[in-house]
Amino acid sequence: MSFRTYSEVTGGDTSGLLEQVGRQRARVSERLRDVKRVVAVISGKGGVGKSWVAGALARELARRGLAIGVVDADLQSPTIARMLEAKGPLVVGDDSVLPAQGTAGVRVMSMDLLLEDETPLRWTRDPGESHAWRSVAENGALREFLSDVQWGALDVLFVDMPPDAQRLADLATLVPNVAGAITITIPSLESRRSVARAMRVARDLRIELLGIVENMSGYACDTCSNVRPLFAGDAGLSLSSEFGVPLLATIPFSPNPSDAVETRVRDLASEVARTLAVTPSIHADATQSVASASINP
Amino acid sequence: MKFLCIDCDEQMSFETREQPGDGTFAAAFACPKCGRKIAMLANPIETQLVSSLGVRIGGRTLDEQPMELIRGTVAGKADAFVEEASGPTRVRPQWSADAAERLAKVPSFVRGMVKKIYTEYAADHAIAVVTPEVMDRARTDLGLEGM
Repeated sequence: MSFRTYSEVTGGDTSGLLEQVGRQRARVSERLRDVKRVVAVISGKGGVGKSWVAGALARELARRGLAIGVVDADLQSPTIARMLEAKGPLVVGDDSVLPAQGTAGVRVMSMDLLLEDETPLRWTRDPGESHAWRSVAENGALREFLSDVQWGALDVLFVDMPPDAQRLADLATLVPNVAGAITITIPSLESRRSVARAMRVARDLRIELLGIVENMSGYACDTCSNVRPLFAGDAGLSLSSEFGVPLLATIPFSPNPSDAVETRVRDLASEVARTLAVTPSIHADATQSVASASINP
Repeated sequence: MKFLCIDCDEQMSFETREQPGDGTFAAAFACPKCGRKIAMLANPIETQLVSSLGVRIGGRTLDEQPMELIRGTVAGKADAFVEEASGPTRVRPQWSADAAERLAKVPSFVRGMVKKIYTEYAADHAIAVVTPEVMDRARTDLGLEGM
């Protein structure tokens, strides 16, 4: 017995699977049609303050009049909604879900809005052997965050990636025209190694490396306003040199609101806006008002 | 996925699908030439894998609902979603007590979406009251096995 290949059998795929997957991808493209830039925020290592930087950057750009959205692609440890003070419930319309609105009008979608406090991501049907399907289900959830949320017109949609580099590949498949990735590290050698791996994954995926942010780059003293060393190492500078990408900012750690931190965040926002060549959209205010009115009836 | 009738060397057509229980997914295909039918049975893990893709074997008869996969499969909080007030364009069918009782057994996270699907089906078919029989018919017509 000999078999023909799938493509040699010229009839349509009567299971309809391929066609549906194609429609899902088209739906993502259609939904993001009015989004000027999709930017991944990556680290490759947990605990470097990636989500904090993403949230602070989004908030600062939104304060400057840019229309900003944030997708929390960290489905297992979602944090960005709280950082941006975005709350549910989410309003479901005919063909989309309205994003929650965070500080400065940042539009937010996060698994944190959907789960009970301090409960992990669980699936209602779990027949076991979850290693075989969990990643597919998570990819599906990310796809719906992109395709089923009424993002509207945005200057930048940040995607806060989990430390796992695989999710970046999922994003690149769903959004082929990702504008680039901003990489977050802390100064330590351990961070440098992990973050370098994530940057190589981005390069392999042909995602442009837009720049590096070294977070927790020293400790901002509350009383004397000096910045003192916190971690040994210079991961930001050395990664910048190795990969030939700019060090966008070094942000010190401070347990309290700090001028030193806020100044660096503002500098970072200026660098990112310049790198992405985005300026406030004339429609941003109107769009945000509509979103606000819909979300908070 | 394509199915071939070996005797006729003909591609088989999709006929129907069902979830008979225990997580099994069944889809029937038939040879358009000789009429032979076969059933594909997927085990619960395979069923979950296909479901995780957000696709339906045999194609969709109903447009994808917003966040259908998340609302149908994530164990989230009951009040995570609220339905937007619907427009005044159509009369909303009523729900019989036994249909409402059946709807109450649907997990709260996804109940609003399920209710909307059945209500719109009834409205589309000029059905004034959603009953368990209407729900069964809608499940078959719309390919909502498992809802």
